[in-house]
Amino acid sequence: MKIAVCIKQVPTRDWQPRLNDARTWIREQDATYEMNEPDAYALEESLRLKEKHGGEVVVCSAGPARVGQVIREALARGADRAIHVEDDGLASADAFAIAEALAAAMKDEQFDLILTGLQSDDQGFAQTGVILAERLGLPHATIIMEVQASNGSLRVKRELEGGWFQWVAMPLPAVLTIQSGINQLRYATLKGIMAAKKKEVRKATVPTGVVPRQTIASLYVPEKTKKTQLIQGSAAEAAKELVRRLREEARVIA
Amino acid sequence: MILVVGEQRGGKLNRATWETVAAAQELATGQPITIALPGSSAHAAGAAADLAAADVAEVVTVESPALEAYTPDGYTAALQDAVGQLKPDIVALPHTYQTRDFAPKLAARLDRAIITDVTAIKAGGAGGDQVAFVRPMFQGKLTADVVPQGPAPHFITFQIGAFRADQARRGSSPAKVRSLTVAIDAAAIRQKPEPPFQEAKQAVDLSQAERIVSVGRGIKEQSNIPLAQDLAKALGAELAASRPICDAGWLPMERQVGSSGQTVAPKLYLALGISGAIQHLVGMKGASTIVAINKDPDAPIFEVADFGIVGDLFEIVPAMINALKE
Repeated sequence: MKIAVCIKQVPTRDWQPRLNDARTWIREQDATYEMNEPDAYALEESLRLKEKHGGEVVVCSAGPARVGQVIREALARGADRAIHVEDDGLASADAFAIAEALAAAMKDEQFDLILTGLQSDDQGFAQTGVILAERLGLPHATIIMEVQASNGSLRVKRELEGGWFQWVAMPLPAVLTIQSGINQLRYATLKGIMAAKKKEVRKATVPTGVVPRQTIASLYVPEKTKKTQLIQGSAAEAAKELVRRLREEARVIA
Repeated sequence: MILVVGEQRGGKLNRATWETVAAAQELATGQPITIALPGSSAHAAGAAADLAAADVAEVVTVESPALEAYTPDGYTAALQDAVGQLKPDIVALPHTYQTRDFAPKLAARLDRAIITDVTAIKAGGAGGDQVAFVRPMFQGKLTADVVPQGPAPHFITFQIGAFRADQARRGSSPAKVRSLTVAIDAAAIRQKPEPPFQEAKQAVDLSQAERIVSVGRGIKEQSNIPLAQDLAKALGAELAASRPICDAGWLPMERQVGSSGQTVAPKLYLALGISGAIQHLVGMKGASTIVAINKDPDAPIFEVADFGIVGDLFEIVPAMINALKE
């Protein structure tokens, strides 16, 4: 099975946001980056499918040169080769631009299955995989917790809200967006890291005619909706004071 | 015209549909609102009768036997046809898992802007007389005012709980209900869905809990879970968790609070090492008193917390257990 997995590089979880002077985007030079978490689960799922069914895993990413770091990481974990749509403008691009850039670079590969995370930890559109499916003319399913693939067909467990699930069957080729927690992630081995250095990374460019469908007029730290009483002091003092307020002010404990 | 796309399952409307009606009423500046309700004729008609109570111009059922069970291919084809006939300027949808499954496809098919997970509407903001849509970014660490580009209609999905269902204005008399015939080629629907199911009978009904202690990534290791358990016991609380903890198998999935887990509204919700991603907040922000203990003073959980301690939960929790014994 020829599997593609689309990954995004996003700021790390403990990154403290800083804004650019125009307050329309982050100061990218201050950020540290990592693989988007749901995409890491999509990568793991693609590696497991390859182990089961044979074939290859091609990691695809659209972003500036720095994205090479997460591409190498994916190759070190076991992906066979990569496609990197490289353009500085992709760093803050909307889901249409990312999906259209990926679709142009991926369309001639004739993948059997394309996986990606259900949404990104940066802009969090939850759109890219679905738009990619539409642009490639493929069926899709989102928020997937289990993948069963065999002989040109696919059966997947889709997560619904509130603890409900649903199995959905569809023909291959198809696009799936993967939910975090679908599997247990593996880490790269030293051997994998060494092998990754020799693996092919094909560079591609953004196709012409890709226009933004939305712009960020202003980016800011959220306005607080609630006045939080922050309790100061040592751990012992703060804990004691919190318990007192929960008993005497909020009256939520006896 | 603003078109609200309602969501029903088996003829039963979800609450998020009413929230989206409230959002559309706030967004409207004189233009009429139409509610479209896709489904089989029996399902759509039943739910449409309920929705006719809203203060809107009309309710349109988008009916086809091919829409009996939800599929992204079926809903995209039906709504593509409906949007073509009704010609809205804006299409408003609830940001549910179902909308997330088909709305980007529909917008891509029509080549129109789609702004997802919107929490508020800003009229005449930085873009002059343009309306900006407010949405979280970077896991809720930042908020953005976003302006759609390109020709109408623009697709906007509204975050669950951002608008209040009980604020949706009701009309003085029921709105007109009519059905719209749409052409769907059932053979072209590629997804074959099976009936929804629940993994296990939920043994723990967190929605009835009066007090909840909930753990997040800040607990660091599975071996630290008993510490949270001890605090829950001392408070007379149920133990719950954010998604990553259940993903890791440290607590069973049935104890997960958030959009993919349970929605809770206890008297006390104590969040230990939970940063407060929006997927978690939607499941617990209805709690009467929220306490956050987190080492990161900028964690979004503090935006909804009534009481907060910035510090090391491994020092604070044992101290709380001691204080509770006094």
